[in-house]
Amino acid sequence: MPNISRDEVAHLAKLARLAVTDEELDVFAGQLDQILDAVAKVGEVAGDEIPPTSHAVPLTNVFRADEIRPGLSQEQALAGAPAAEEGRFRVPRILGEEQ
Amino acid sequence: MTDLTRLTAAELAAKIHAREVTSAEVTRAHLDRIAEADGRVHAFLHVDTEGALAAAREVDAGLEAGHAPASPLAGVPLALKDVLTTEGIPTTCGSKTLENWLPPYDSTVTRRLREAGIVILGKTNMDEFAMGSSTENSAYGPTRNPWDHERIPGGSGGGSSASLAAFEAPLAIGTDTGGSIRQPGAVTGTVGVKPTYGGVSRYGLVAFSSSLDQAGPCARTVTDAALLHEVIGGHDPLDSTSIDAPVPPVVAAAREGARGDLSGVRVGVVQEFAGEGYQPGVLRSFQAAVEQLRELGAEVVEVSCPNFAYALPAYYLIAPSECSSNLARFDAMRYGLRVADDGEHGAEEVMSLSREAGFGAEVKRRIMLGTYALSSGYYDAYYGSAQKVRTLITRDFTAAFERVDVLVSPTTPTTAFKIGERVDDPLAMYLADLCTIPANLAGNPAMSVPSGLSDEDGLPVGLQIMAPTLADDRLYRVGAAYEVARDAAAGGSLVHQVPELEAAK
Repeated sequence: MPNISRDEVAHLAKLARLAVTDEELDVFAGQLDQILDAVAKVGEVAGDEIPPTSHAVPLTNVFRADEIRPGLSQEQALAGAPAAEEGRFRVPRILGEEQ
Repeated sequence: MTDLTRLTAAELAAKIHAREVTSAEVTRAHLDRIAEADGRVHAFLHVDTEGALAAAREVDAGLEAGHAPASPLAGVPLALKDVLTTEGIPTTCGSKTLENWLPPYDSTVTRRLREAGIVILGKTNMDEFAMGSSTENSAYGPTRNPWDHERIPGGSGGGSSASLAAFEAPLAIGTDTGGSIRQPGAVTGTVGVKPTYGGVSRYGLVAFSSSLDQAGPCARTVTDAALLHEVIGGHDPLDSTSIDAPVPPVVAAAREGARGDLSGVRVGVVQEFAGEGYQPGVLRSFQAAVEQLRELGAEVVEVSCPNFAYALPAYYLIAPSECSSNLARFDAMRYGLRVADDGEHGAEEVMSLSREAGFGAEVKRRIMLGTYALSSGYYDAYYGSAQKVRTLITRDFTAAFERVDVLVSPTTPTTAFKIGERVDDPLAMYLADLCTIPANLAGNPAMSVPSGLSDEDGLPVGLQIMAPTLADDRLYRVGAAYEVARDAAAGGSLVHQVPELEAAK
């Protein structure tokens, strides 16, 4: 039995906001299944007693002085925008979609 | 007149600072070489001719006015990987999503290069968002290996490594998440260093896997890499994971190593990195390199790191998980590609269609894999277990470094493979990172230094040297000593054996 079905990959693509094609789904389903097979090996040594490591440098609460410093101007922030209007990011409508 | 593109960065700097040659002349020579070679090699995505010449003239004007050079590398040109932001100069990360994006700010690495008077020639090609081992995942086409144009230059930093081997630049910057500095160095006969995680600021480095990404120096000699390491390294308040400690004395270590004595240095050979899947010529080159270290006075022992076998699977869970989160920023709203904005499609549809159009296959695969590994129900088995493996890898390193000063292995199991050979087989591609990943997971520094050519195919092989966290200087001492011995034995520097453009098929 595969680790992951074509339907599950379609669901993942939806969660990840990727409008993948049917052909891509066929290819990705097989490849992701193979990759999951290979990476599942981590379970062989990951005993309950072993603490997880999330980061190579164990730092917590790195603070800096609370001082005002220059950020991007409005013009700079909008310079790369796909669409801007009246000094703001213009986005497609967010209402009226399914759900 | 000497061909300026064949000199080391240190030699160029000496000539520039002694006013024997101007930085503008050196820069022009490299721009000419790029114009001549890059049609074939395709190391660059963008060449900033005017910006480079202006920066060079500024260095020259300062020297002319009697000012001391801003750094030991002032006036020397460099190729910058296109994953580090450059204000007003395109930064694409090899992705269609960021085609024509002009960042509004410089990364800290970029800023430090500029402040050091280093001349940025342009931006180098890479696997999209640094995901890959061959530079074939670039949306702008592959880079070719100067040793054989049918072969890959490594990845993700194949543009940086190829620019060095093609003599288009004497220095380059790479970033290494799973081996993207070291593996390209190995397959092009150049030097690449992944510093200790946190040793070089990640501010302005477009994030792939934040707990692993690390920028570092690429060069044709160990000393040049050390000089560049000192320019880009050091604490940066803009990166909260930046280490607040002095840069390890890497230049002094390279100079000490170059004297050719490794007496008292204990070198551990990682037993696990040999055997099946390793090209025999790579292993023979590695054995010869180990023998050379012994002749230099090092004490060589075998060391077992049993959990290193689990590093690759752990990496291909952790890196995709972090990438699925990091790349969520490409939402087609504030910057980057937007498609289907026709009034019919809503924001979510525009987002999904834009990401579909803007990302290549490997990026999509990793985003989906990461999304899966982080989903409830699978989190413990996949992501959680991978994080535990990370602990085990760190313990293996800690135990090993109680017995030895550095560890060595081949950098990558094979020499450069053919373009197209692994492109449809992600797992085969991932094997290129087998030996480099442990140092990313544990965060300790590692270097690849050329160990000659593989006897069966005449292609470069890399020797990987790994050191404990914040002992980056050990890499340079051992690497420089080895480099001197290898060059003496071979009668010259390896990279000068690169075939001329016409000859390289």
